[in-house]
Amino acid sequence: MPDVKRAVPEVRRAVIAEDSVLLRIGLVKVVEMAGFEVVAEAGDAQELLAAVEEHRPELAVVDVRMPPGFTDEGVRAALSIRRQRPDTAVLILSQYVEERYAADLLATNTSGVGYLLKQRVADVEEFIEALRRVADGGTALDPQVVAQLLVRRASDPLERLTARERDVLALMAEGRSNAGIAAQLVVSESAVAKHINNILAKLDLPKADADHRRVLAVLHFLGVGG
Amino acid sequence: MAAAGRAPYGWIMTIPPRLRRALVRLRRDIAFTAAGLTLHLVPLLLHFWVVMLLLGTVYDPDPETPVVLAFSVPLLIVAGVGLTEPQRWRFRTLCGVELPRLRFTGAKRQFGYNLLIGPLLGVLEFLLLALLLAALAAALVLVWVWLVPWQWRVEHRGYTTTAAYLTVAGLVALAAVPGLAAGLVRLEILVGRAVLGVSRSDELARRVEDLTASRAGAVDAADAERRRIERDLHDGAQQRLVSLALNLGLAKATLTDLPPEVREVIDAAHREAKDAIEELNSLVRGLHPAVLDELGLDAALSGLAARAPLPVRLRVDLPPDLPQRTAPAVEAVAYFVVSEALTNIAKHAREATRAEVTVTRLGEILRVVVADDGVGGADPSKGSGLKGLAQRVWSVDGTFRMSSPVGGPTMMSVELPCLM
Repeated sequence: MPDVKRAVPEVRRAVIAEDSVLLRIGLVKVVEMAGFEVVAEAGDAQELLAAVEEHRPELAVVDVRMPPGFTDEGVRAALSIRRQRPDTAVLILSQYVEERYAADLLATNTSGVGYLLKQRVADVEEFIEALRRVADGGTALDPQVVAQLLVRRASDPLERLTARERDVLALMAEGRSNAGIAAQLVVSESAVAKHINNILAKLDLPKADADHRRVLAVLHFLGVGG
Repeated sequence: MAAAGRAPYGWIMTIPPRLRRALVRLRRDIAFTAAGLTLHLVPLLLHFWVVMLLLGTVYDPDPETPVVLAFSVPLLIVAGVGLTEPQRWRFRTLCGVELPRLRFTGAKRQFGYNLLIGPLLGVLEFLLLALLLAALAAALVLVWVWLVPWQWRVEHRGYTTTAAYLTVAGLVALAAVPGLAAGLVRLEILVGRAVLGVSRSDELARRVEDLTASRAGAVDAADAERRRIERDLHDGAQQRLVSLALNLGLAKATLTDLPPEVREVIDAAHREAKDAIEELNSLVRGLHPAVLDELGLDAALSGLAARAPLPVRLRVDLPPDLPQRTAPAVEAVAYFVVSEALTNIAKHAREATRAEVTVTRLGEILRVVVADDGVGGADPSKGSGLKGLAQRVWSVDGTFRMSSPVGGPTMMSVELPCLM
C-alpha cells in the first residue's frame, strides 16, 4: 500500500471536470490527498478547456459524460487537451468502459494518460496511486479496459500464454510497475520479471526496461496506441 | 331529436314521436330504394340492349350490329366498375353504412354486384316503388276521381262501391309499404356488405397491419422508457453511490487511528457501497446500456464479452457504410440476447470453458450466434432466462433457434430484421 501522505517535491496543480457537484467535492479531496493543488473545478467541457488554458495544470481529471449532451464531451475535451497541451496529463473517469475512447486517447502517445471507471475513486489509495502515475507521465488503464482489449485479441499468440502470464499481461497493460504487479498478485518481483520475459518472448515484443515503453509495446500489441 | 324541432320543420313536432320516427325511416328507405333503382337501371338497360343486339344478329343480321356491340359491351364493363363509387355514396349518405373502397383486386366482386346482383335488386326496388305508387293511387281514388269529367261519374253510378274497395286495398298496401321497404333496405345492406364489403382476409390483413404497427410502437415505448430509467439512475443513484463509496474510502484512508471495531465497520460499509455500485451498474446495463446509444452495438458487445466470467471470442461483422443503420430497438434486442446468453452460459453450462459470439449482418437480417463448449442439454422451455430471451426476439419479428444436444456443444442462433 503506497504511503498516502508521501511528500512531493513541488506542489503540482490539477483541474477537475465533473458535473455532479456531490462527486466533485469528493474528487477534490482525493486529488488534494494525492498532493495536488486543485486550481479549478469545471462543470462542463467548455469550462474545462478554459481552465486548462488559464492554469496550465500538470493534471486534468475529466468525467466523460457532461453537459450539454451527456455523451462523450469529456473524451473530446481530453483529446483536444492532449493535442494542444501535451504537458497536461489527463485522467478520464467514465461510468462504463469503452475501448474506443481508450484507443483514441492512446492513439498518439501513451504517456500521461489514464482511463478508469468512475467507481475506482472509492478505492482511495489505488486511485491516488493512479493519479500520481499519470501525472508522472505513466499510464493507468482500468482492468476492464484491458479485459476488453484482450477480448478483441483473443486470438492466436495470446493463447500461447499461461493463465498467470495473461494476468501479468493485463496488469502490464493497466500501466503498473513490476512492484505494483507483484503486490497485486502476491508474488515476488523476480517472479514477475520472469513472467514478463516469457510474455515478451512469446508475443515477440521487444524487451524494454522503462515502464511506459513496455506499456506502449503491450498496448500496441493489443491494437491500440501508436 | 331536438334539431328536428327547429323551423322550418316546426310542424313535424306536432306529430307524435313514434309516427315521426316511422315517417323519417320510411322517407329514408324510399329514397334509398329510389336511388338504388336509378343506379340498377343502368346495367339493366345495358343488359337488355346487348341481349337485344345479340338476338338481332341471330334473327336479322345487320351490318351495323357489331359496331354498336363494340360500343355497348365496353360501356357495360365500365358500368361494372364505375357504378361502385355511386353505390358507396348511396350506402354512406342515405343509410350510414360505410363500404370500404375496393382496390383493383376487388374487380370481380364489383362486376358481380353491379352487373348481376344489382339488376335483380333493381327489379325488387321497382316492384316496391310500383306498389307504393299504385297504393297511393288506389287510396286516393276518391280524390282524383273528381278530376274525371262528371259525365263519366254520371254514366257509372256504381263506381263508389268499387272506389271504396280500391281505397281500402290502397290503404292496406300503403300500410305494408314501410315494412317491405325496411326489409328491402336490410336485404340490400346485407348483400352490399357481403359483396362489396370487407372480405375476411382483407379484414385480417388490416388487423395484422394494425397490430404490427401498435406492437412496434409498444416496443419503441418500452425501449424509450428503459432509456429514461437508465438516464435517471445515472444522474441520481449512481453518482450518489460513488460519492458515498468515495467518502467511505476517504474515511478509511484518513482515519487511521480509529479503534479496530470502528475500522471494521467502515471497511464493511465501504465494501458494501462498492458492491452496490457494481449491482446497480449491472442493473443499468441490463436495462439499456448507454454505450449502445453512444457507440453502437459493436462497442456494447465488447464490454459484455470483457465482463463475462469465461473467455469469450467476439466477432462482429457489420459493414460500416450500411445504407440504413439497424433500428435501435433491434440493436437493443441483439445486445440483450448476447447478455442473457452469456449469463446463461456462466450460470448453467458448468463445463463450458469458452464461448463464442458472432454478429453478422446479412442484407436486412442481423444474425447473432452464441455458442459454448459446455455439455449441452439446454432446454428453452425450461428456465425463464431463455424463454424471456425468445420472447424479446419475437417481439421484433425475429427468429430464435437453439441446438443443444446432450454432450454439447450448445449453439443459439437469432435472426432479427434490421428495420422495423
